[in-house]
Amino acid sequence: MEHLLEIKNLHVVYKGDGALVRAVNGVDLTLDRGETLGLVGETGAGKTTTALAIMRLLPERTGSIQEGQILLDGNDITKASDADMRVLRGSLVSMIFQDPMTSLNPTIRVGEQVGEVLELHHKDLGKEEIEKRVDEIFKLVGLPPERKSEYPHQFSGGMRQRIVIAIALACQPQLLLADEPTTALDVTIQAQVLELMQRLKEKLHTSTILITHDLGVVAETCDKVAIMYAGEIIEIGTVEDIFEGREHHPYTVGLFGSIPDLEKKERRLHPIDGMMPDPAYLPEGCKFHDRCPKATERCSAQAPSMHMWESHGIRCHLFESGREKTE
Amino acid sequence: MLKYIGKRILMMIPVVLGISFIIFSILALTPGDPAQMILGENASLEDIQQLREEMGLNENFLIRYVKYMADAVRLDFGESYRTSLPVVEEILTRLPNTFSLAFFGIGLSVVIGVPIGIISAVKQYSIFDTVSLGLALIMTSIPAFWLGLMLLLVFALKLGWFPAIGITDWTGFVLPSVTLAIGSMATMIRMTRSTMLEVIREDYIRTARSKGASEGRIIRRHELRNALLPIITIIGINFGLQMGGAMICETVFSIPGMGSLMITSVRQKDVPMVMAAVLFVAIAISLINLLIDIIYAFVDPRIKSQYVKTSR
Repeated sequence: MEHLLEIKNLHVVYKGDGALVRAVNGVDLTLDRGETLGLVGETGAGKTTTALAIMRLLPERTGSIQEGQILLDGNDITKASDADMRVLRGSLVSMIFQDPMTSLNPTIRVGEQVGEVLELHHKDLGKEEIEKRVDEIFKLVGLPPERKSEYPHQFSGGMRQRIVIAIALACQPQLLLADEPTTALDVTIQAQVLELMQRLKEKLHTSTILITHDLGVVAETCDKVAIMYAGEIIEIGTVEDIFEGREHHPYTVGLFGSIPDLEKKERRLHPIDGMMPDPAYLPEGCKFHDRCPKATERCSAQAPSMHMWESHGIRCHLFESGREKTE
Repeated sequence: MLKYIGKRILMMIPVVLGISFIIFSILALTPGDPAQMILGENASLEDIQQLREEMGLNENFLIRYVKYMADAVRLDFGESYRTSLPVVEEILTRLPNTFSLAFFGIGLSVVIGVPIGIISAVKQYSIFDTVSLGLALIMTSIPAFWLGLMLLLVFALKLGWFPAIGITDWTGFVLPSVTLAIGSMATMIRMTRSTMLEVIREDYIRTARSKGASEGRIIRRHELRNALLPIITIIGINFGLQMGGAMICETVFSIPGMGSLMITSVRQKDVPMVMAAVLFVAIAISLINLLIDIIYAFVDPRIKSQYVKTSR
């Protein structure tokens, strides 16, 4: 069966003030129907940029897709016209944005903001039918429908995130890009929102890319995980591969090592030394080499390629000749 | 909402009292005797003294002010020293002229300036944007009296399209309105452009795009309304400024308006006329400010919720 989403060798750059910022450098991804992929990485790793590229919503003046293909349902959307993209956006693919406090228009009633998606993609629906659908969606995300005539400022952060989710889900998209949907929320609301997304996934059979830097969230909700570093996917696999597998990219090891163990008494946290490289001046070779505890001379000269075993892939020279070698 | 409007109208009372007191004091402090002006250079001292007594000018300044205000509250603004006619009559024939002038001037600058500002923002750094910047620069730099004279020269005298003097019908308003509009149009263009640029970068515009809305729809439905608040503020401020600008325009185009009335009345120490004119204009501007604030509430629900207690 054809994949719902297939990204091949995606390169995205931002131009501005003379510098060329390489935000995404050769990302390959596939996502099947009904699957949830967790896209994990530090701030600035290129997660949001990847999602915006799929929406074709990169900042017009500065951002552009330099190379690669994004096949959505078999069609390459990097070549689609703006008019075609408008048809796809909101109906086939939609996005939940990071900050619910700024993602809603302050001067439009929330019900209308949800209804607008329906209005745009289901031109045959009458006013009353749209209202009815909006009520249903409101109930689905756990909002009282009678509050649809209120404005965003009358809602709390968690409620607003539900409205943002309601907008994204209004047309039952096949692909949902959730960009840190819970980061701006407190823990109890986080749990509610994640549970809600899980329920919706089961009900609507939507594929989801969940962008987050919260590994706990990934473990709980995702089927597959991709770990991004400096615009590349450095490790990809099923949740079992990443959370229970024995072999990992040194960066992944560092990432998990930085989570404090609740059962051990630790005096200090264990961060990864150094900073992520400036995407305007990426280093030669492996982009992680100057922070990597296992780096060799080769790492600073030659960029590693992705080494796959079944579902699990690692982009590192250490795994060049198979996984046994490192044991 | 009604309660808020009532409150705002009550708040106008101290404003009007303050303005009237300041104007009354200034008129009382400036040299020159109204009785002398009325009777002329050659009047005898006794005649002047007698007239001063009749007009109540010999009384204490504060008592005169209180008496004046007491009459004013009963809508009796006195008679002009110059013409001996009730001042209200004169003002009511002139006020509409000045207001129409300011209104047309503002209207013209909004109708032309706001769309130019929007296009400049949407097509930032394009040729259109650069040209509109240059245009705005030129428009702020032109002094109104010079522009008025040039327009008169070309369109009234050379081409004869519009009358050069007075306002018998709407054609008389064209040249003065254009003169007034040019100055505020520049602010309008630049203000609209900068607020639109701010709104365009907002997250909720990206949300609108992610819904699949077209650019035109995004501008109309999502951007314009949010950019409107600062634009409305500018319109309100400009209305006050236009009253000043209108005076120059009235002089250049020989229009019988409030501006020319106030200038001649001040020169001749026609105290009742000046007082009434200033009060009418002050009340009018206060009312316009109130109107602007009410429009705010209808544009931005966040402001409205401060005025109205929601039922929830």
